[in-house]
Amino acid sequence: MPTDVLLPQLGESTYEATIGRWLKSPGDRVERFEPLVELITDKVNVEMPSPVAGRLVEIVAQEGQTLPVGSVIARVEEDGAQAAPPGPEEARGQRPAAGRLSPLVSRLVQEHGITPEELAQIRGTGTGGRITKQDVLSYLERRGKAPAPEAAPPPVEAPAEGEQRVPLSPVRRAIAERLSRAKREVPHAYGVVEADVTDLVRWYEAHREGFQRQHGVRLTYTALFARAAVEALRAFPVVNAQWAEDAIVLKPHINLGVAVSVEEGLVVPVLHRAEEKSLVGIARELEDLTRRAREGRLTLEDVQGGTFTLTNPGVFGSIWSLPIVNYPQAAILATDAIVKRPVVRDDAIAIRAVMHLGLSFDHRVFDGAVAVQFLNHVKASLEAVDPVIR
Amino acid sequence: MPELRYVDALNRAHHEEMERDERVVVLGEDVGRKGGVFGVTQGLFERFGEERVVDTPLAESSIVGCAIGMACNGLVPIAEIQFADFIHPAFDQIVSEAARMRYRSNGAFGVPLVIRVPYGGAHGTALYHSQCVEAFYAHVPGLKVVAPSTPYDAKGMLKAAVRDPDPVLFLEHKRMYRLVRGEVPDSDYTVPLGPAVVRREGKDLSLFTYGWTLHEALQAAEVAAQEGIGVEVVDLRCLRPLDKETILRSVAKTNKALVVYEDNRFGGFGAEIAALIAEEAFEDLDGPVMRLAGPDVPGIPFARPLEQWYWVNQDKILGAIRRLAHY
Repeated sequence: MPTDVLLPQLGESTYEATIGRWLKSPGDRVERFEPLVELITDKVNVEMPSPVAGRLVEIVAQEGQTLPVGSVIARVEEDGAQAAPPGPEEARGQRPAAGRLSPLVSRLVQEHGITPEELAQIRGTGTGGRITKQDVLSYLERRGKAPAPEAAPPPVEAPAEGEQRVPLSPVRRAIAERLSRAKREVPHAYGVVEADVTDLVRWYEAHREGFQRQHGVRLTYTALFARAAVEALRAFPVVNAQWAEDAIVLKPHINLGVAVSVEEGLVVPVLHRAEEKSLVGIARELEDLTRRAREGRLTLEDVQGGTFTLTNPGVFGSIWSLPIVNYPQAAILATDAIVKRPVVRDDAIAIRAVMHLGLSFDHRVFDGAVAVQFLNHVKASLEAVDPVIR
Repeated sequence: MPELRYVDALNRAHHEEMERDERVVVLGEDVGRKGGVFGVTQGLFERFGEERVVDTPLAESSIVGCAIGMACNGLVPIAEIQFADFIHPAFDQIVSEAARMRYRSNGAFGVPLVIRVPYGGAHGTALYHSQCVEAFYAHVPGLKVVAPSTPYDAKGMLKAAVRDPDPVLFLEHKRMYRLVRGEVPDSDYTVPLGPAVVRREGKDLSLFTYGWTLHEALQAAEVAAQEGIGVEVVDLRCLRPLDKETILRSVAKTNKALVVYEDNRFGGFGAEIAALIAEEAFEDLDGPVMRLAGPDVPGIPFARPLEQWYWVNQDKILGAIRRLAHY
């Protein structure tokens, strides 16, 4: 009997993955732990190693197919095992209704994650062996997953003329799901302060070339903001926390997520143990994470374990942003664009470089007073004359 | 509650509405002294007099034309077309005038007119007394087209039609007049022109129909139930406006749809139902939307065997139910 290759659990919250590209063809020999297939999850792309050594006899899941964890995606004939009996193969070939599912049956197949493998086991009782609704429902009952009609998604309106339906990429779907969940479950509150970063801008302009020469890495405002945020998080541990229904969990390390805009949407690679890193270290790691995010080469470790998120919509010109928290984290800091404004200093009007710092937070975890103190801490770091030589 | 025949329920509605509102008048061929060829207007002439119950010449265009004039000038006419087969001379009045009046006068005039139309085939009625005309008129915006199938609905919907501010084509399948009986309250009630009604619940397929074929369908569904096929029978009652929600809800439940109508199949009203389901319930379908309708011949033949061949009867409906259920 060939060994079933199952879709593995690829991360703490992944429950499905899309088959990217098969790296082996049926008939190919494959070694144990040799990459077999590329999998696309809602977070990253990974190469899946073969669980056994042998010969790939069948690819069950086709490229582009999205399947739940645990689905059979291929079969490998292990070394030393006898040849597979031809029975199931023949049965598959005879399946008459495979290409002719009714719209309803197609929908049920999709809704219940019925794999082609499973479909092949369903005996059609309709005209010409067609698989009927009843056949599918009976099968689901046997599978122990009776369909729950109330769980069916609301009907999607037919597109009006000229509208285009863009299928969701795994990334887009993950973003939608996480943000919806955050908005649904987290009572959001917001605070915004204004920072006068005139000195910081001067310092930055004066030092960035030297910084790059000295450390071999580009200094960015994002790195400066990240450093300031880490300092503030050290001062206010409750911001680096998470709601857990019966408790507030304070995180032992500051794993700072930094939102990076990529072609497909948004990914949030994490600077792990950011409290242990200098500005140079942060700048270097940020550069690396950002580059790999844009190249689609982040690993699961890169995107997991975040405790707080920094987003920098200022790079797009936003001057006032109230982001959604990155569930289940307690807070997210938005740094907006640095703009020159007439402001009052010492009872006179001055032209200064200012920016807004916005904090969206889970009001269950802490209150507005903490939020504003936290923001003021960030603000003070950025306004210090020589802000970052620490 | 008294059990009445379909024809009696309509007669009651006439009496009650003419009593309630003296603007209501009745006109048509033999509606007065004779009380209508089917007896629907019995007793009205004697009770309300020749001013309000008018025997007209055999000229359908003028019956409807006069009725439109009356309606525009404050009366509420109920015009009877003796047989649907003879409505065609009035097509222009109905479609070009009555249906458009509110639209072309920007709402200044409405035509609160009811045109009652006995239609459909019965034994020996042949080419000139059997036609189904609903498809011609259901196509026209500005008209309401209804086809009640029970005595209860007949009374309630006729009263609603009389009180409707716009023209209503009121189709009465002539087989129902004396064959269909049902409980009808003495009270003053109306049945809204729009909602369809599920006459029988079922889980395996939905059957959509109206008029006489509803009764054939209910009998077929009874037999099908004994075979283990649950047929949900939906009485459309109102063809325009059409109750899309009830139709789509039923298809979402059973996932199969059979549309039954007596009119010629090609371009018949049932095609609209089939199109609606195909368009808006595609992902609910576990089989093709099927139509069972009269054959595409110019009329119901007179000869008995051919008449049988034409009719959309219980046996044919049962055959279609079995085919679709087992698809």
